[in-house]
Amino acid sequence: MMSINIPSYRQAFMLMLKRDLTIALRHKDDIFNPLLFFIIVVTLFPLGIGPEASTLSRIAPGIIWVAALLATLLSLDRLFKADFADGSLEQMMLIPQPLFIIVLAKIIAHWLITGLPLIFIAPVLAVLLHLNENSYGALMITLLIGTPVLSFIGAIGVALTVGIKKGGVLLSLIVLPLYIPVLIFATSAIDTAAMNLPYSGQVAIIGALFFTSFTLAPFAVSAALKVSTN
Amino acid sequence: MPSSNALLHADKLTCIREDRILFEALSCQFNQGDIVQIAGPNGAGKTSLLRILAGLSQPFEGEVHFQNQPLHKNVELYNQNLTYIGHLAGIKGEMTAQENLAFYLAMQGLPPHAAEQTLENVNLLGFEDALASHLSAGQHRRIALARLWQCQKPIWILDEPFTAIDKQGVKNLENLFVEHAKQGGCVILTTHQDLAIDAQLVKTIELEYQLV
Amino acid sequence: MWKWLHPYANPEITYHFTGKLTPWFTWLSIILLAIGLTWALLFAPADYQQGESFRIFYIHVPAAILSMSIYVGMAIAAFSGLVWQLKLADASAAALAPVGAVFTAIALITGAAWGKPMWGTWWIWDARLTSELILLFLYLGVIALHNAFEDKALAGKAAGILAIVGVINIPIIKYSVEWWNTLHQGATVSKFGKPAMSADMYWPFLFCFFGFAFFVAAVTCLRFKTEILSRNSMRPWVKALVKEEIK
Repeated sequence: MMSINIPSYRQAFMLMLKRDLTIALRHKDDIFNPLLFFIIVVTLFPLGIGPEASTLSRIAPGIIWVAALLATLLSLDRLFKADFADGSLEQMMLIPQPLFIIVLAKIIAHWLITGLPLIFIAPVLAVLLHLNENSYGALMITLLIGTPVLSFIGAIGVALTVGIKKGGVLLSLIVLPLYIPVLIFATSAIDTAAMNLPYSGQVAIIGALFFTSFTLAPFAVSAALKVSTN
Repeated sequence: MPSSNALLHADKLTCIREDRILFEALSCQFNQGDIVQIAGPNGAGKTSLLRILAGLSQPFEGEVHFQNQPLHKNVELYNQNLTYIGHLAGIKGEMTAQENLAFYLAMQGLPPHAAEQTLENVNLLGFEDALASHLSAGQHRRIALARLWQCQKPIWILDEPFTAIDKQGVKNLENLFVEHAKQGGCVILTTHQDLAIDAQLVKTIELEYQLV
Repeated sequence: MWKWLHPYANPEITYHFTGKLTPWFTWLSIILLAIGLTWALLFAPADYQQGESFRIFYIHVPAAILSMSIYVGMAIAAFSGLVWQLKLADASAAALAPVGAVFTAIALITGAAWGKPMWGTWWIWDARLTSELILLFLYLGVIALHNAFEDKALAGKAAGILAIVGVINIPIIKYSVEWWNTLHQGATVSKFGKPAMSADMYWPFLFCFFGFAFFVAAVTCLRFKTEILSRNSMRPWVKALVKEEIK
């Protein structure tokens, strides 16, 4: 048999990450559209509810987090859809490294492209919604550890629906119920912070969700992709 | 029973798509030095068979063995020995021809600078830095096929490799296949064209369109 | 180790075996439900606090327990289907999903109906009702995903993966909702707490519960048989069966 030196897991991971980031940077819509969506959704609430500062500051955590869920959901499609359509996904299934390495790289790239910008823009939107001054730290921390959970869980949904022609609505039906715990703990952390109480408990739980989804989701995604490309 | 030098053998494969049996209890074997053409009319299950052999699809019944081990038990080893190029080229429009090729080469552990000279083999010299989205479907295919020239993996599974390739390109590919087979590789392909390869070198598996 | 299971991996044998089980489950369910419901709705004592409306308990609680158990059962079936490549396990998971969704809906509707006399409103964001609502969403996701695939075998696998992901999430969701509920609920105390059941409530409850459980078993068997047939429609034994039916 001919000898072949295949790249290590780390090399394969980096190659994939670099490839996905390159593509996203050359296709800037992927970064800006979900961000713009996030901003517009948040703007709609004061228009629908009224500009009263006390009401807005009461519901600000919920609005920002629900908008973040929806923005993530909207961006998820890009995770595997294009690769599925042009045959790259097939090739990834045949790479000698285990599939979850590739999947992990793709999800992390996706978060860097779509999750991270949300975190940068969130404080500005919080100002528009009169978020309590004490809550900014909690908002940033929950978004920082919470949005990767959204990407990991969402990836399972995309992997399951990528082969289906009209998978968009189905994706939200599958994924949104799974987002509920993150939403509950994140908004509660921000509310607690507003009352000047310690919110480390909620952050610890989101952290636990992060590690659980980080370790388990790539396997679920790999299994789902094998079904979808069958 | 498959002979000992069988690289790959299929054991009683049955494939069912949308309630139609494409093939049933199909057994075949692929040895080192084989060039095997899967022939048959459209809808006979050629692509399905190739995808099952590549491990991308699961057969309804039966199993594929690589080096006498069932596929699902040594997927990683199998993938180290397999190159599959399907209907879809797997080329990203946002990357240049060279970057696309370099990515696939790097995943095989080959240096990216090999990409440039490899593109010459498929007549794409001068297009290295063009974004793939500016290139035609035929050119995408050629980028995908280019990696075969660097490929050290023994098993090649190619679905319609000659589509949108010009005469000279086809000839080059055929020469490459013969060369690969001589070095102990194995090429499994489908094509609508007649192969201009010495008939003694080529085996054919004929699939029939089965009416239900 | 799994040798004894092997004949049941054969769809034809399983089909006939399930067919033999179905009437047993059906009759057990009819008898138990007839006794249980008559007892519960007519003869069991009314609750001293809640009066006659308490009787909805005999339907609500079995439905709620079954709705959770069916999901877990579905996930276990899906897991064994995934790990041991048992096609029939996928089929049984697919057969269970709509049954579970219906029982979740029953639990929700009876819960809301129970809420009306108790709280004067059809819906409150009670922790259990909210979890039940989210469980319904999870079921509907599995069913929708199953329907979206043309290929039955793939549909079963995809829905199975989602069911497994869902079952990992159920405890987390339940915990988070309960936690959210205690956090936001000041005055309204949940009255869905376990009432101390006396023996004359306990027996009719058990009859009702097992009556519903066998009902689930009977319906699932029927659906399971249909799933087997539709996945093996091109097999000679299915064709022979159809010919016999037509005669």
